Amino acid sequence: MDYVSNTVTERNDMLKEIGVETVEEIFNSIPEEVKLKRGLKVSGGISELFLKDYMKEISEKNSSLVGYTSFLGAGAYDHYVPGIIDHLISRQEFYTAYTPYQAELSQGTLQVIYEYQSMICELTGMSVANASLLDGGSATAEAILMAARISRNKKILLSAGLHPAYREVAHTYGVPKNLDFVKIGLEGTTTNLTELEENLDKDVAAVVVQYPNFYGSIEDMEKIQKLKQQYKKVLLIVVANPIALGLLKSPGEFGADIVTGEGQPLGNTLNYGGPYLGFLSCKDERKYIRQIPGRIAGATEDAEGNVGYVLTLQTREQHIRREKATSNMCTNEALNAAISTIYMATMGKAGLREVAEKSFKKAHYLAEKIDELDKFKVLNMNDFFYEFKVETKLSVKKVLSDLKQEKILGGVNLSRFDEEGILLSVTEKRTKEELDRLVQLMEAM
Amino acid sequence: MSTPNDLYYTENHEWISLDGEEGVVGITEHAQEELGDIVYVELPTVDEGLDQFEEFGVIESVKAVSDVFTPVSCVVTEINESLMDQPELINEDPYGDGWLIKVELKDKSELDELMDSTEYKSFLEGE
Amino acid sequence: MAERLIKDYSSPGRKGYSLPPLEIPEVDMGDYIKESYFRDELKLPEVSEVDVVRHYTALSELNYGVDSGIYPLGSCTMKYNPKRNEDIARIEGLSQLHPYQDEEDLQGSFEFLYELKRDLAEISGMDEMTLQPASGAHGELTGLLIIREYFEDKGIEKSKVIVPDSAHGTNPASAVMAGFDIVEIESNKDGMVDIDKLKEAVDDKVAALMLTNPNTLGIFEKDIKEIADIIHDAGGLLYYDGANLNAIMGYARPGDMDFDVLHLNLHKTFSTPHGGGGPGSGTVGIKEFLRPYLPRPVLKKDAKNYYWDYDRPKSIGKVHAFYGNYGVLVKAFSYIKTLGGEGLTKTTENAVLNANYMKAKLKEEFLLPYQENSLHEFVLSGVKQKEKGASTLNIAKRLLDYGQYAPTIYFPLVVKEAMMIEPTETENVDTLNRFIETLKKISEEIEKNPELVKNAPHNTSVRKLDEVKAARQPNLRW
Repeated sequence: MDYVSNTVTERNDMLKEIGVETVEEIFNSIPEEVKLKRGLKVSGGISELFLKDYMKEISEKNSSLVGYTSFLGAGAYDHYVPGIIDHLISRQEFYTAYTPYQAELSQGTLQVIYEYQSMICELTGMSVANASLLDGGSATAEAILMAARISRNKKILLSAGLHPAYREVAHTYGVPKNLDFVKIGLEGTTTNLTELEENLDKDVAAVVVQYPNFYGSIEDMEKIQKLKQQYKKVLLIVVANPIALGLLKSPGEFGADIVTGEGQPLGNTLNYGGPYLGFLSCKDERKYIRQIPGRIAGATEDAEGNVGYVLTLQTREQHIRREKATSNMCTNEALNAAISTIYMATMGKAGLREVAEKSFKKAHYLAEKIDELDKFKVLNMNDFFYEFKVETKLSVKKVLSDLKQEKILGGVNLSRFDEEGILLSVTEKRTKEELDRLVQLMEAM
Repeated sequence: MSTPNDLYYTENHEWISLDGEEGVVGITEHAQEELGDIVYVELPTVDEGLDQFEEFGVIESVKAVSDVFTPVSCVVTEINESLMDQPELINEDPYGDGWLIKVELKDKSELDELMDSTEYKSFLEGE
Repeated sequence: MAERLIKDYSSPGRKGYSLPPLEIPEVDMGDYIKESYFRDELKLPEVSEVDVVRHYTALSELNYGVDSGIYPLGSCTMKYNPKRNEDIARIEGLSQLHPYQDEEDLQGSFEFLYELKRDLAEISGMDEMTLQPASGAHGELTGLLIIREYFEDKGIEKSKVIVPDSAHGTNPASAVMAGFDIVEIESNKDGMVDIDKLKEAVDDKVAALMLTNPNTLGIFEKDIKEIADIIHDAGGLLYYDGANLNAIMGYARPGDMDFDVLHLNLHKTFSTPHGGGGPGSGTVGIKEFLRPYLPRPVLKKDAKNYYWDYDRPKSIGKVHAFYGNYGVLVKAFSYIKTLGGEGLTKTTENAVLNANYMKAKLKEEFLLPYQENSLHEFVLSGVKQKEKGASTLNIAKRLLDYGQYAPTIYFPLVVKEAMMIEPTETENVDTLNRFIETLKKISEEIEKNPELVKNAPHNTSVRKLDEVKAARQPNLRW
């Protein structure tokens, strides 16, 4: 099956119209020395039925979360995804549409983006949001570059409480721009504020903290706010979990200048790490807004005075500003932003809070019980949101593999990040039975 | 196309008017027409020193961006703050209310390198 | 009538969600978190499920996708998005996977990802691919960072990247993000790379030349071997922007043209949906000598299993927190398996046939600024029509009135009043004829009634939108 609709007869007529005998003739503009003189060695050319059978077979070589009770988090969370989302974003006018440059035929996409931007602003306590970035990691990097441009400084203080993969992406983006990254260590599972204070000076572009952080802990945002206020030029970048923001005070209220993070928890399928959703929002200050990377939708009027939406402030972007653009962003995560928009609309004021609350409460119920066990200790009992770090005298590898035999994915082995311990996250999806069973099994170890 | 006689002009379509050692700089009617509706202007800070033909600001329309360059070496004495909220003044009155910066010239002889209105008119016809 | 905002459906206390019960004994959150950390108010809408469904359904009706009709955007390759790929991407065993699950649980996915890498390398003539970049521009950045790391590793100082004036805006933007300065070279009168200007621009500080081939005019750079030699002899590398790959699959491969690094746009050439602006995937291909610098981890295979190799001391690092847009990769893989090598070649042939047919039928009515043979896309100029009273912008907006999407306009910058048209292979001749007739009709309208075209669109859900107001008085949230 190929997707070429024209029949042989139609193609021959078209060739006549062009004035050639065969289609190969048109390719004569490719020099012989460069032409491929054999067929492509790519297997395929199969029917829809065979394709589906084949992919089903492939899927059966995986063991997905369907067969497990999962406590995996660390940047990707197993929250409940309302059924209507997939139906709505499967409407072809949404998902087969291009970037909304021809605004009059793209009011659907543009209005969804506008609603997305609005709700992200509400959640993060900021005034302006963009239409999406590629993921939480690259969004953090873009926020850092933005802060460097605004402050005209090069020093970036990165909390060790930031997801290690995000720190790595930040380095990858920042080193070629001669940014100077200083890692601020931890005290327990939160940012060491003494170290932060010692490293703050007038050459700092930004302080970057995660909220809740990689270990699930809530940082001392009040103190961090006070510290950074001593230096006018320093920006506070907060990398936030959007579900937690359903319950926690917004970073905007703690003086954040830029808020960014991973929007996956807002209704996006786990999908082995992507496509995900980078969100970015900032203060309502001209010099900030003009430095935002990526697309932005704005409301305006049409020739008859009706409300309509367009992409705006495009002179920041690469298609106009080229080498002076705020970023190279072109294709973004628009459909994932649409997913999150519908999620935020569906859950709404009460629902998002309830997801956050239930995740929080179930996580604390579990953590208390684990902490009581002899061989396990919860490190951040007093300041975590719905993810926590567990230490054990037993082999972490063995603990997790034993739990896996029982069809439980007991958490992320922190050896993945050259640390010791287990990172466990609990969402509203976990039942009392599942939580109790996990404790039972751990107790017996 | 308006090309006032008492001004000096650059190839990048800036103009400068003189009053002793002080000057006022803006962009020409031709330039504002090319740009279309102006939506944003970026200007330097007061007291900034500039060399002749150094970039001092940016003027943006919806779909285009134009750098602006100073016709003379100078120190910026005043910037047109009204343009922050009313960038359209440049479109409406490019030689008057749409002025960009006021400057103190460092070297009046540099004016010899600029065009007068007749030369600028010919320059426009050639373009 | 315009559709309201979702918040306008809101009514205090209205709910549209269903969550599982708490079940566990109540927990007093105040025992764990300071009062001052609790949010006072969360101002999100309070709507019912029916409200949400009706609202977003109504919004979808204000949109136009490939499934609505022709979408001839040059260099975007808006081909049909096969539905079977959507079904496959939703197979739970493929999609319900957490990025930090054990590798032994992921051997199925690793198998298809590995085959995808191999297939993309074969199609493009490269030695290895990374699937991590999540968009074309992301791929450009990744490729340029690889180039940067290579020269740093060799102790060779490089500061510049050469970009033709016809290049897509992401090329110079990505090069600057990778820490380079841009040298822009003017195209020659045929819209191709000017060899003399290239020779002048090249020096020992040039890290790379970025090119797409065919170029943005749809014309194949026949001097590509000479261009490659000029850059390589000067100690630079050659980067390929894969946006136009649909023009050459099975006929030529960038790797055989001596390109060292490239990116492919899976959401263009390989049919994955554009989603209203994303997600996409910009997989990057390299020649063997650049292997050490690939982003980590790299997917590898030993005697028994597939695994992620993180031990890459010379890697540029990571450009994505996880592994890239996996959900998009599944769809591209399904597409490639559906077509196979022969099908991909046939795809290219028909993309080129469709474009050349349209060009043959439109070049009388509209100015064809470049007479050279073109492949999968071509550029017309609306200057004749502009003289009669309506610009390319007006023509584009008038097309919308006829329920058809406009081509790319005002790009490439080298053509005045440009219209860049790429029909792709999935359009049939009737749709092409309809588009051609409509463009001719609009051209006639400009002669007889230019105001009609200048004030277009008339029939869309909104009339022409005030972009000046949107930029001068930004209203970016409710």
